[in-house]
Parts: sequence; C-alpha cells; structure tokens
Amino acid sequence: MTDYVSILSIDLSLVAPELVLLAAAALILLFIPLRKMVFLAPVIAALAFILSFYLAVGQWHYSGSGFAGLVTCDSFGVMFKLIFLLASFLSLLIARRFFVIKGIDKPEFYALLLFSVIGMMVMANTVDLVVMFLGLEIMSIPLYVMAAFNRRSLESNEAGIKYFIMGAFASAFLLMGIAFIYGAAETTDFRRIVADFSYIVANYRIYLYAGTALILVGFGFKVAIVPFHTWVPDVYQGAPTPVTGFFSVAPKAAGFAVMLRIFLYGFERIELLADIFWVLAVLTMTVGNIMALRQDNVKRMLAYSSIAHAGYIMIALVVGGSEAISAAMFYLVAYTFFNIGAFAVVTILETRSGCKSDFVELAGIGKATPYLSAVLALFMFALAGFPPTVGFFGKFYLFSAAVKAGYIWLAVIGVMNSFVSVYYYLRVIKTSYMDPYEGQPAVVKLVPSIFLVLIITAVGTLGLGFFPQKLLELSQAALFAFL
Amino acid sequence: MVPISAYLILAAVLFGIGTIGVLITRNVIVIFMSIELMLNAANLALIAFSRGMNVLDGHVFVFLVLTVAAAEAAVGLAMIVLIFRNRETINIDRFSIMKW
Repeated sequence: MTDYVSILSIDLSLVAPELVLLAAAALILLFIPLRKMVFLAPVIAALAFILSFYLAVGQWHYSGSGFAGLVTCDSFGVMFKLIFLLASFLSLLIARRFFVIKGIDKPEFYALLLFSVIGMMVMANTVDLVVMFLGLEIMSIPLYVMAAFNRRSLESNEAGIKYFIMGAFASAFLLMGIAFIYGAAETTDFRRIVADFSYIVANYRIYLYAGTALILVGFGFKVAIVPFHTWVPDVYQGAPTPVTGFFSVAPKAAGFAVMLRIFLYGFERIELLADIFWVLAVLTMTVGNIMALRQDNVKRMLAYSSIAHAGYIMIALVVGGSEAISAAMFYLVAYTFFNIGAFAVVTILETRSGCKSDFVELAGIGKATPYLSAVLALFMFALAGFPPTVGFFGKFYLFSAAVKAGYIWLAVIGVMNSFVSVYYYLRVIKTSYMDPYEGQPAVVKLVPSIFLVLIITAVGTLGLGFFPQKLLELSQAALFAFL
Repeated sequence: MVPISAYLILAAVLFGIGTIGVLITRNVIVIFMSIELMLNAANLALIAFSRGMNVLDGHVFVFLVLTVAAAEAAVGLAMIVLIFRNRETINIDRFSIMKW
C-alpha cells in the first residue's frame, strides 16, 4: 500500500451513521453502573437508530471513498444501511417488552445490538476484503452473545454456543479464502482485483479459484445456503424470539450485500460460478420449504422458511445484472417488513407464560385476539407471496428477472417452491382460526412499542404491495452509483 | 531458503487438520482449539504470501486477525463456562436438546 493516510484527509462524513451508533453504544455501556439510568438504554439506542437513519438518507447519491480507499460510500451501501437500521429499530421495539417480561432486560443488549449494526454497515460499505472481514466479525461476535442472552434458558445457551461454533468455523473458511485471493492478486482491494482480473486468471488461476470457493463457503454459512444451513433451525428456535427476528433479517441482508458485491462485480467472470449458484439456489429453496412442512414449532418453521427465502434471493446471484440485483434489494426490504412483523406477533404470543411457540399454542387466538391474528394472517400471506401484499411483487420481480435472462427452469422451480410453501404458511392461519381452543384463554396485552411495530410492518407489507413501483425505482436508483 | 509453496502446503495441512477436528470431535473446547488452528493456518498463508511478494499488507492483516481471534476467544470461552455451569458437560452431543 503506497498511499498513506493523513489525518486531515479523513472524511468523517463517510462514516457518520456508524459513528452515531458507536457513540450511543459507548454511552449505554457507561450507563450500566448507574442502575437508575438503565431505563434510558433502549431510548438512547432508538434515538441513535433514528438519527443514524437520517444521516444515512443524507448519504444517498453521495459516492466516494475514504480512509485510503478502505471505506466506500455508494447508494448501494446506503440502501443496505437503511435496511439494517429499519430491521434493528423494529427488533429493538419488540425486544424491550419481551425482555422485561422474561426478566432479562439488561442494558448490555442494546449496546450489543448497536455494535452488530455497526459491523453490518462496515461490511456493506467497503470494497476491501480485509475491512469486509473485520465488519463481519464486528457483526458476528455481538450476535453470538445475543443468541445466548437468556442465560437461564438451556435452549438459549445451546443456540449461542452452536451459533458461535458455526460462525467461527465459517470465519476461518472466509479468512483462508481471503488469504488465497490476496496471494493471487497481491491486494485485497476489490477494484484493483477487478482491474487486473485477466492477468490474475492467467497466472494464479488455482489460488483465485480456491479463494473464491472458500469465500463462498464462508458466506454460505452466514446467509444459510443449503449445505451449510444446519445450524439455523437450532439457533433460531433457541434464541430469544425478538433476537431471532433480527437474525432472520439483518445479518442475512449484510451477507447478501457482500455477496452481491463480490460475486457480481468482477468474479462473475469465473466460469461455472453461475452454475454453482444455480444448484445452490435450487437446493436452498427446495430443502428449506420441504423441511418447513414438517415442523411443529412456529419459530423453527420460520427458520426453515428464512432458508427458503434466502434461496429465492440467491436467484439474483445466478442471474446477475442490474435488474436482478435491484429485485434482490426489493425483496430484502419487503422481507424485512413481513418477517419482522411475523416475529413480532410470535413474540407477543410467547409472552404468555410457559409458551414455547408450538403450533398447538396458536389454537383459538383467532377468537381471543382477532386483530392480532388478522395481522399474523397478513404476514403469512406476504411470506407465501399472495398478490395484494409486497411478498408477491418481491417474488414476481426476482422470477421475471430470471426468465428475462433465460433461466426459465430456475423461475419454474421457484414458483413450484412458492406453491409448496403456501401449505405451511396457511397452516398457521388455519390453526389460529379453526382449531379448537383448549386451556387458558390467550390474554395478550398490547403495549405501544409493539403496537407501533405492527403498524409499521403491516403498513409496509400492504402499502408497498399497492405501490411496489416506488420501492423498485428506489432500488434501481441505488444501483446507479454501483454499476 | 525454504520456498513459499512449502509454507502454503503447511498452511493447507493445518487448515485440513482443523476442519477435521471441528467435524469429528464432540468436546467444545477441542472444537474451539481446532477453529483457532484453522485461523492460524490462514495467518500462516497470509504471512507466506506477503513475504513472497515483499510487501507488508499481509503482516498487518495478521495482526487484525489475531485481535479478532482474541475477541472470539473471550466470547467463546464465556459461553463454554455458561454451558458447563448449567449442564455440567461440554460434550456437544450431551448438552444438545434441540433435534430436527
């Protein structure tokens, strides 16, 4: 690296959203000794998310890089920043009430949430593999702790340790991959790798291929592509429910942000890569959907369903090109709304004592809490991809991008998979409305914060379903600076 | 002078041993040690490449990786202690209660 960084050349406005979150996290950690101030922790975190969102919106259409090229700022990255902030803000609102009821409301949680969002933002806003790796670790290490946050629950402990082992294992693969790419290209800066690509392929083909394969395995674990998905159901079931909602959206979006950047910007010139992604995408959606059919726990069902959704998003990695990438971004935004919404409802239902989110516990909620079950039904329709919701348009844009690029069979398999998924999503609705009602009546208290989450997610799911064009234009505009 | 490829082969062998260790052992501490072995194999590869090219980037990267590994170790060992307190075993088959 010959370009040295002078203090004066550092442009802090590039990382302003991250800095706000960092300051908030530091503030929360300082407040911990003052027990009377503990109630401020979620407030500070929520305000930080809002301020950071505002600053990130201000970075839209700004494109540049700083810190000697290690941090880049483009609309693509900003779009992902907004997704992470939205997902974490909604999860924060859900989490507070749940943790109070379960007796594990500790201010550290909010600091961990902030730190992991910083990691995701770093990941999505760099073209340097080293910084990408550091961002990934900043994201992952707080996530391990968050999974095990319910210290007294054996399931939560187990979820934490399983997530930790699989996450660290994946990081080792990723790191080895980066080492090989570094060996082949003499740099970890992505733009320079792309510029020298034909030279690298001609001289260091083996290192490049080995490195790409190892990086694919590493990210495969992180976003739960099928041969590397085995940890997902256990972790999702064991982790506290609001944390699971967060896991199923934000880290996945971060993983896809990096994968879209790496594999569609330069590395798409590696032969066979599209075919490998084709096989992985088909495997991921099919295995996810088929395994989801036989689950008796709602959280576990949603875990397999999130694997299936990762499979749909992977279509963009097969197809490539701006249309598919913007469809993937559209899908990630839509998925944030309806998946977090679904987890919000599951969280509320789980605040009843002794509830483990099994399917049988849904019986009778249609009569006991008509509004809540109506919202749950809406999210299930969106997950299944029914027309008036945004879930339909998300799938429609992805599949039509595949058809336009000539991957007819991929689209056909995707549509068939959506039909299979209807069965288990509708099973939730059927259980909540039609199954006989036993035991204690479902007493569910709605608090303002969770009410707000349900409003935001339901309006997002339906509103974007009626006006999908707006979001699609936004995600196409996000690609403008990127490609 | 030992050629760079010798270091790379050593790194690959260490990485393989670590991977096998993660996949076949049942003791969480041993699994964790195997993961550290894999990380160090990657470090060795980075150093070897860096030395071969006569640049310092790889060396700097190794320091960053060491820091990350230390942070991971702190969290991981804390979790292992937590599991041991609650279950009095660190055998992954014995403390696993969630299946399929």
